[in-house]
Amino acid sequence: MASRAKQVANGIIGGPMSDAPAEQAAVLKLAGITKRFGALLANHAINLDLYPGEIVALLGENGAGKTTLMNILFGHYVADEGTVQIATPGGELRPLAQGSPQAALKAGIGMVHQHFTLAENLTGIDNILLGTRSLFSPFASKRSARARLEKIMRDSGLTVDLDTRVSRLSVGEQQRIEILKALYRDARVLVLDEPTAVLTPQESENLFQTLRSLADEGLSIVFISHKMAEVLSASDRVAVLRHGELVADLPTKACDRNMLADIMVGRHLEPEARMEVDKGPPLLKLSGISTGHGRDALHNVSLEVHGGEILGLAGVSGNGQGALARIISGLELPRSGSMEIDGRRLKPAPRTVMREGLVRIPEDRHRDGIVGEMTVAENLVIEDVRSKAFQSFGFLDFSAIEERAEEAIEAYDIRCPGGGAVARLLSGGNIQKIILARTLDKEPKVVLAAQPTRGLDIGATEDVHRRLFEARARGAAILLISEDLDELFQMSGRIAVIHRGKVSPPREAAGLNRSQVGLMMAGQESEDAT
Amino acid sequence: MIRFEPREYVSTRRVIGAPVFAALIALALAAIPIWSAGADIATAYVLMVNGAIGSVFAISELLARATPLILTGLAAAVAFRAKLWNIGGEGQLYAGALAAVAVGSGSLALPSYALIPAVLVAGALAGAAVMLVPTLLKVKLGADEVVTTLLLNFVILLIVQMMLEGPMQDPMGMGWPQSEPVLEEAMLPQLIARMRVHAGLIVALLAAVFAAILMRRTVWGFEIRAVGANPSAARHAGIPVTATFVRVGLLSGAFAGLAGVGEVAGLKGYLTADLSPGFGYAGIVVAMLAGLSPLGVVIAAIFVAGVFVGADSMSRALGVSSYLADLVVAMSLLCVLISGLFVRYHVRIGGSRATD
Repeated sequence: MASRAKQVANGIIGGPMSDAPAEQAAVLKLAGITKRFGALLANHAINLDLYPGEIVALLGENGAGKTTLMNILFGHYVADEGTVQIATPGGELRPLAQGSPQAALKAGIGMVHQHFTLAENLTGIDNILLGTRSLFSPFASKRSARARLEKIMRDSGLTVDLDTRVSRLSVGEQQRIEILKALYRDARVLVLDEPTAVLTPQESENLFQTLRSLADEGLSIVFISHKMAEVLSASDRVAVLRHGELVADLPTKACDRNMLADIMVGRHLEPEARMEVDKGPPLLKLSGISTGHGRDALHNVSLEVHGGEILGLAGVSGNGQGALARIISGLELPRSGSMEIDGRRLKPAPRTVMREGLVRIPEDRHRDGIVGEMTVAENLVIEDVRSKAFQSFGFLDFSAIEERAEEAIEAYDIRCPGGGAVARLLSGGNIQKIILARTLDKEPKVVLAAQPTRGLDIGATEDVHRRLFEARARGAAILLISEDLDELFQMSGRIAVIHRGKVSPPREAAGLNRSQVGLMMAGQESEDAT
Repeated sequence: MIRFEPREYVSTRRVIGAPVFAALIALALAAIPIWSAGADIATAYVLMVNGAIGSVFAISELLARATPLILTGLAAAVAFRAKLWNIGGEGQLYAGALAAVAVGSGSLALPSYALIPAVLVAGALAGAAVMLVPTLLKVKLGADEVVTTLLLNFVILLIVQMMLEGPMQDPMGMGWPQSEPVLEEAMLPQLIARMRVHAGLIVALLAAVFAAILMRRTVWGFEIRAVGANPSAARHAGIPVTATFVRVGLLSGAFAGLAGVGEVAGLKGYLTADLSPGFGYAGIVVAMLAGLSPLGVVIAAIFVAGVFVGADSMSRALGVSSYLADLVVAMSLLCVLISGLFVRYHVRIGGSRATD
């Protein structure tokens, strides 16, 4: 492992041509792409070739420069240095005018963004045809367009009802519309930015099957991902970005999970061990909490979380986790029931629960976790701005705030230009680090972690897990709400399941298996629980 | 082809420079209506500049006009910072003026050094009280403050008219709907002898400095900015969102109330129902021109006042309609809003690769 880490440090593993079918000409050639945002080097001298009929996975942590690179390709950004060349249908490489999505489209590059760019109130076919037809013959071409689309759908297996309004389509169907949009415009290179982030496992599998059959027809595909499993199963080649540099370009069959993780993070990841800690007294106690109605209701929820333990709360999203988290966070009062922190019964309010030593990592970190327009430093102290440490007589103590920011940025490795940077510009992982720093540094008694690693890459996830383990080692009681069974089994001492607002009695994780928990999440009591 | 690329980092120089440039362009564009009105453009500009800053008298007029605009501009700027949309500056101004007359026209017999502060406090409190109502309706019932503050303007104006034709009418006014005059002891002193600029300007400047310090350097300002930018994160972080809105509402109303005091106790000496030619609404424009910065409000207010005073004097001399002033102010606002685009984006013309 150590030798590989060294190899990683020395430069690119593999090489641009390591598995290239030598006789084939590249369809796309990125050469020496460099892009700076202020002091941040987002892409540094990146060379990447793409050949017809192959699927390339672009792997990297958040902030590694994957999306920047693809945005340069598609013309959203202009590279500071370097060239993009794309082959004409005849196979001749021509430079692509940069900074122009129109030129990219015309040259045969299709892009499916993570957040779809569809007009929700138009039908599928209208979305696909939007911008492709002449203003002067709006009706003439629709029938032939439909015939062509239907052929594309038959050939690719991408079936979707073209006449339904996009707002009524599922996320998976919307994505199919996006891909059809690219195919209809004769894309020869298809770029997908984190295509599975919004899909169920089933939909993801279908997507990759479709992509494979499209590639077999000669389409070249790049997909951005930080999920190891799909990269390994669905791609022909893996390009790994780290801190804006291309650090590996390897045939997928030569890779394995651990190796890719190491290359991506740039150091060797130790598998985290679930260390047993002595269970302390119950620090968070919920008794008979009921609230709300419909999908977001809670029915008579009682739960105890002890010091030194992580209690995992499993459940499919929308079964009352949101309401439970809001009540524990103090954002909402329950209709009935009570909450105790370390034996003290209290009326939940954000400041009251924080005063009693409960900290919250909110599920939606952009909405509830940070004020995007304010600086990193301000977001680090936002919960404590009234404490004596950061103000006197109502006046902010800027030097104390700055000092705290520097300390937290250092200790939590928050990647940002400095404490004065606007928080909104940071990646999801770094935003989560701000929240971790301001919550866990208080040496809390209780930690509420709601979906703390949702949308984070491996490195950031590992970081969150490590911090939570550290908090547990200090004796904190941690309630981990998650949909990710891997995470729950890896982290939790006990696991409870929430389904339709009811919480099952927690059980030792060691005595449970995934299928039991999976069944309980789907609403079935496991046999021996009754 | 014109393309917009977002800037990742925006320099302060650009933030300050853009509105200044925009205002100059708006002034230049004023040449078109001047020309279409048949006046000589060069003469018109000379007259405008002379009318605004050409003499001590002109400058005094300019500052007297800027005084209420600074205060109503601050009222809008602090409220908008918290995304509390106070469109009711006009009504709060009249409430402040009404309170100033009530306290300053004989009901309190105090020496000047006590009566002037009493009048100022009364006006500020009255403005704050008027803004408290829509603020509470917003935080308690979710009523849209754009609607409630706007409608309150008309309610207040009608109350003022009722008072002026009823209990507060000047018995010596020969039936005119105007209030009793403010006592000599309650009048804000003139800053220059026999000129109209008055101590209300000092009050306005102090208010701007106060607002600037409050927003940037205090816990309350921090909380106002947080609530304005992301109320749900602010609430999650334990910031008292309701209390913050109430604080902002009171402060905003108080600033607008002070503007009313200045007009009554600094300039007119009595209250009529046409005291303000829309200073409350113009304050919104001033705040937007200033990018909601309290110190920027001072500059923007002086600019807007200069356009009004300059265009007034030019239109009298040349016979061009004085609506020209409104036109220039409106164009400045448009230009500043457009210039905001240039602050946040690189604008590239042509499809070729730019080297940046």
